[in-house]
Amino acid sequence: MSNLLEKTKLDHLRQLEAESIHIIREVASEFKNPVMLYSVGKDSSVMVHLARKAFFPAKIPFPFQHVDTGYKFPEMYEFRDEFCKELGVELRVQRNEEAIANDMNPFKYGTDKCCAALKTGGLLSALAEGAFDAAFGGARREEEKSRAKERVYSIRDEFGQWDPKNQRPELWNLYNSKINEGESIRVFPLSNWTEIDIWEYIKIENIPIVPIYYAQDREVVIRNGIIIPIDRSSPHTSPREGEKVEIRKTRFRSLGCMPCTGAVESDVTDIDGIINEAKLARKSERENRVIDLGSDSSMEDKKKEGYF
Amino acid sequence: MTTVQQEKNIKRDIDILRFTTVGSVDDGKSTLIGRMLYDSKSIFEDQLKAVEKTSSKRSNVGAEGIDFSLLTDGLAAEREQGITIDVAYRYFNTPRRKFIIADTPGHVQYTRNMVTGASTAHLTIILLDARKGILDQSRRHALISSLLGIPNFIVAVNKMDLVDFSKEVFDSIQDDFMQLVDKLSLDKKNFNFIPISALCGDNVVNKSFNMDWYNGPTIIDVLESVDVQQDIAKKPFRMPVQYVIRADNDVHKDFRGFAGLVSSGSIKVGDEVISLPSKMSSKVKMIADFNKNKEFAIARESINLVFEDEIDTSRGDLLCKLGEEASIVKEFKANLCWMSEDLFKIQKKYLIKHTSNLVKAMATGIDYRLDINTYEKASAVELGLNDIANVSFKLLKPIIADLYSENRITGSFILIDEISNNTVAAGMITEVVA
Repeated sequence: MSNLLEKTKLDHLRQLEAESIHIIREVASEFKNPVMLYSVGKDSSVMVHLARKAFFPAKIPFPFQHVDTGYKFPEMYEFRDEFCKELGVELRVQRNEEAIANDMNPFKYGTDKCCAALKTGGLLSALAEGAFDAAFGGARREEEKSRAKERVYSIRDEFGQWDPKNQRPELWNLYNSKINEGESIRVFPLSNWTEIDIWEYIKIENIPIVPIYYAQDREVVIRNGIIIPIDRSSPHTSPREGEKVEIRKTRFRSLGCMPCTGAVESDVTDIDGIINEAKLARKSERENRVIDLGSDSSMEDKKKEGYF
Repeated sequence: MTTVQQEKNIKRDIDILRFTTVGSVDDGKSTLIGRMLYDSKSIFEDQLKAVEKTSSKRSNVGAEGIDFSLLTDGLAAEREQGITIDVAYRYFNTPRRKFIIADTPGHVQYTRNMVTGASTAHLTIILLDARKGILDQSRRHALISSLLGIPNFIVAVNKMDLVDFSKEVFDSIQDDFMQLVDKLSLDKKNFNFIPISALCGDNVVNKSFNMDWYNGPTIIDVLESVDVQQDIAKKPFRMPVQYVIRADNDVHKDFRGFAGLVSSGSIKVGDEVISLPSKMSSKVKMIADFNKNKEFAIARESINLVFEDEIDTSRGDLLCKLGEEASIVKEFKANLCWMSEDLFKIQKKYLIKHTSNLVKAMATGIDYRLDINTYEKASAVELGLNDIANVSFKLLKPIIADLYSENRITGSFILIDEISNNTVAAGMITEVVA
């Protein structure tokens, strides 16, 4: 017995896993109608895997919600549909059809307005339509400096807005699930994970991810110094006037909308390679996310308006 | 590749140390954290570039031309005012450990954030300004850290560069601080005093060349070597039942598992477990797991227990091992850190969240209020923001608890105001009334 105890040491990944599962179970216990935001990226893959573990052998007791801007990579849509079918979960997809019909795009309106309409707008209507009182998101504190100030349970008012100066204290592992009429919470079970933790966990647990995290030859243009992928099936993901299309071996460190997600040059085709690149990286994983580059407080401003 | 083979490529022997940094305004907490991140190479070029622009406008600039505090001040208002408003969480690794820092602000009005950061910390860095020594706030920080049961301390005497790296200054601050340690009846061997300059990098990650008289460890040396596994896995087994998992499929016929995070101790298949308050007991039949069922589990794991017999237990109950049960508590005394701008009043009802339980409670009396400067006990009839007091409570329904000094999870609770729904206090059980 004491021998077993000596031998059993929880490493950082198992500690993070246990903390996340505890958070997911807590929300499922205390909220009437939770939903898991599923964005198809690596963090979502991990969050979903943790939810499966949390309720095994029962099914995940809440639906998934994807907020689709229409600008995601074709590989993401394909992966999403297959992944969710295999899990047998209910996948809800929300698109801001009105904005999409009116040709909302980052070139004419800027990234801030485009995100506000397609992401934040879509998200808020999805939450309202589903009458969800809690929404899981895969955001991590390490990603961005305003996210570093986020609680695990982030209270939002009826407009989904975050008030960073008026957050509840969060003590021990005791989460306060009491909210007022009209309020909801965003829950971040991956708060304490870093990019490297995510990749290491994907590896040890064999978690499926969208294949474009691995390097492949791809049509790209260089736009403002960022390698932007090209997909000629839609005007806003096609090359712009005067841009030279090249084929480069690239992959993505984080996934968003095609016009706003930069690729990195890489030869890496396996998970060990990804982990090595993450460890050697001198730039943060959001370096190529055009939406963060607006100003020093881009993300904080978006969060205040209801973004994750 | 099998999972076992795959795991070999990842360093699996590192664990997590959570620590918090506290200090008064301008003691240089954010600078210290920025320095740790920078010297351990945990800062990315694009993040550095973003703050270099702003640094040129600021005065707090180190030898590298960077105002490190800009790296940690996450909110626009903080960068404008050059202060830290809210708890910020930071992450960095050394080859030996993953670190989670709760960077907590020093302003009086934000003390509740310090309590938040301290509640999960294994270690506190108390930052002092070498020119100022111990301030009222330092006394409060030491008191809160001790009340929250943090097992390890670093007292970092910062800005040594501004006192000519003087040994006398450092010694005299250390002597003064030891008097606080005595007053709080804390164990002296859990304290490490380190003279540093966060701005210049002395004794943070790298050893100082300016203080030959100091032969002790750097801050990172201590952070890497402190024992955090402690004896939490050797304490009595505690698992609050969080969620009941039911399934009925081809593989799992009529499955009923009790899920939760193990607060302390360990459990293995075959162990005799008792559920409180029902006092029904059974043997562990299975520790169900997604990958492969477990034979054994320890503190801090989220697990799913299946019993041999059907026993009456549900969310809010506590599982213990037979013969080492926690107490069934309807009345208790607790140290309370009051965190709300509304006054705390006796005879008022609050909600208590304790483990996975939510219970109505009434405060029946304030035994004493602690003076945060002298640590003396005085009587009080109500409490205001940031007050610390020992309070008696009566519960509508019992909870299953331990003393905080024995178990930081089963001995802690939060108070929730029934009208505003806000978290208004942090509580630590000091005495159970039989």
